[in-house]
Amino acid sequence: MTAPTAAGCAAPDQAAPLPASIDLEKETVITGVVRSTQGEAVPGAYVRLLDSTGEFTAEVVTSPAGQFRFFAAPGNWTLRALSRHGNGDAAVTADRGIHEVTVTVTD
Amino acid sequence: MSRDTALVSADWAEKNLDAPGVVFVEVDEDTSAYETGHLPGAIKLDWRTDLQDPVRRDFVNKAQFEALLSERGISNDDTVILYGGNNNWFAAYAYWYFKLYGHREVKLLDGGRKKWELDARPLVTDPVTRPATQYVASEPDNSIRAFRDEVVAAIGTKNLVDVRSPDEYAGRLLAPAHLPQEQAQRGGHIPTAISVPWSKAANEDGTFKSDDELRKIYGEAGLDDSKETIAYCRIGERSSHSWFVLQELLGHRNVKNYDGSWTEYGSLIGVPIALGDEPGEA
Repeated sequence: MTAPTAAGCAAPDQAAPLPASIDLEKETVITGVVRSTQGEAVPGAYVRLLDSTGEFTAEVVTSPAGQFRFFAAPGNWTLRALSRHGNGDAAVTADRGIHEVTVTVTD
Repeated sequence: MSRDTALVSADWAEKNLDAPGVVFVEVDEDTSAYETGHLPGAIKLDWRTDLQDPVRRDFVNKAQFEALLSERGISNDDTVILYGGNNNWFAAYAYWYFKLYGHREVKLLDGGRKKWELDARPLVTDPVTRPATQYVASEPDNSIRAFRDEVVAAIGTKNLVDVRSPDEYAGRLLAPAHLPQEQAQRGGHIPTAISVPWSKAANEDGTFKSDDELRKIYGEAGLDDSKETIAYCRIGERSSHSWFVLQELLGHRNVKNYDGSWTEYGSLIGVPIALGDEPGEA
């Protein structure tokens, strides 16, 4: 028995394709891959989205292929990744639509 | 309550994985995380299928909670150590349930899954079963749960603490940014609520900040600890985290979690809403 999902907050599968219900005219999607300095994808990294003041907005764990995805709003954001291979940051200025960003982590 | 009674460290947990009378319980936002690896011996509670009523919008009642814990093999005398992903949001939510139904010994694992994983501590995929028990819950302690009429009446009189991100508080986002933004409810916050994002209470590795740091954060945000406090977020899990900080770590009295939170308040007809970064007027 599955409970109603109106209150749902389950972390979506980061590797799944965007659901067809997502309207890219309205959503600001920030997505990408966490990579090591050797360019390898880093699965299981913790990626957080920080707002223009540096405050936490959300956090996800990367997929087996190192992917992450956020639904933000137009503006300036920072991505910060923590992993066993090290940490890293990337800045992104987003408008509506999809923005792809690579975050490189170093020791 | 205090840090010593409400929290255990990852070091303590790793040493006590097999301790008699200690049950580790994982509660995740991503309900599939447990299957990819969990603390040795830990059982799982699914916050959606185990902790929510399957029909009404409410959480499980006393009889349902008793049946759940009996079936999973948790007894009234066990020390329950809760942990989970996403900085313990849902583990804190479960902690609040265990308190609401009167469980005597329940604690959070500081840092939850994140610190455990970043420390490269052991995770296993073995199935875990425990012998069934006869769990008896107390009547719900509604001194830690706020309902909507009480929240509306608290505008301008009690402390209202909005623990969502600043953009959700202002009405620029309607959900945490790992979720799609199209929702039925209106954006904004409850007038007079102060903004203290839950994340201010946590370090980057998911552990809680020190008591001194926590007191400073809420003091500077203008929380008047002589008044009653109601914390809310979107669905009540992040506010469980802040409720835990205020009541269980800092020892405030009269702190309630409004689990209806913004998905209920933002859908009510006729209630006041404030937009933007300021608390607004009553």
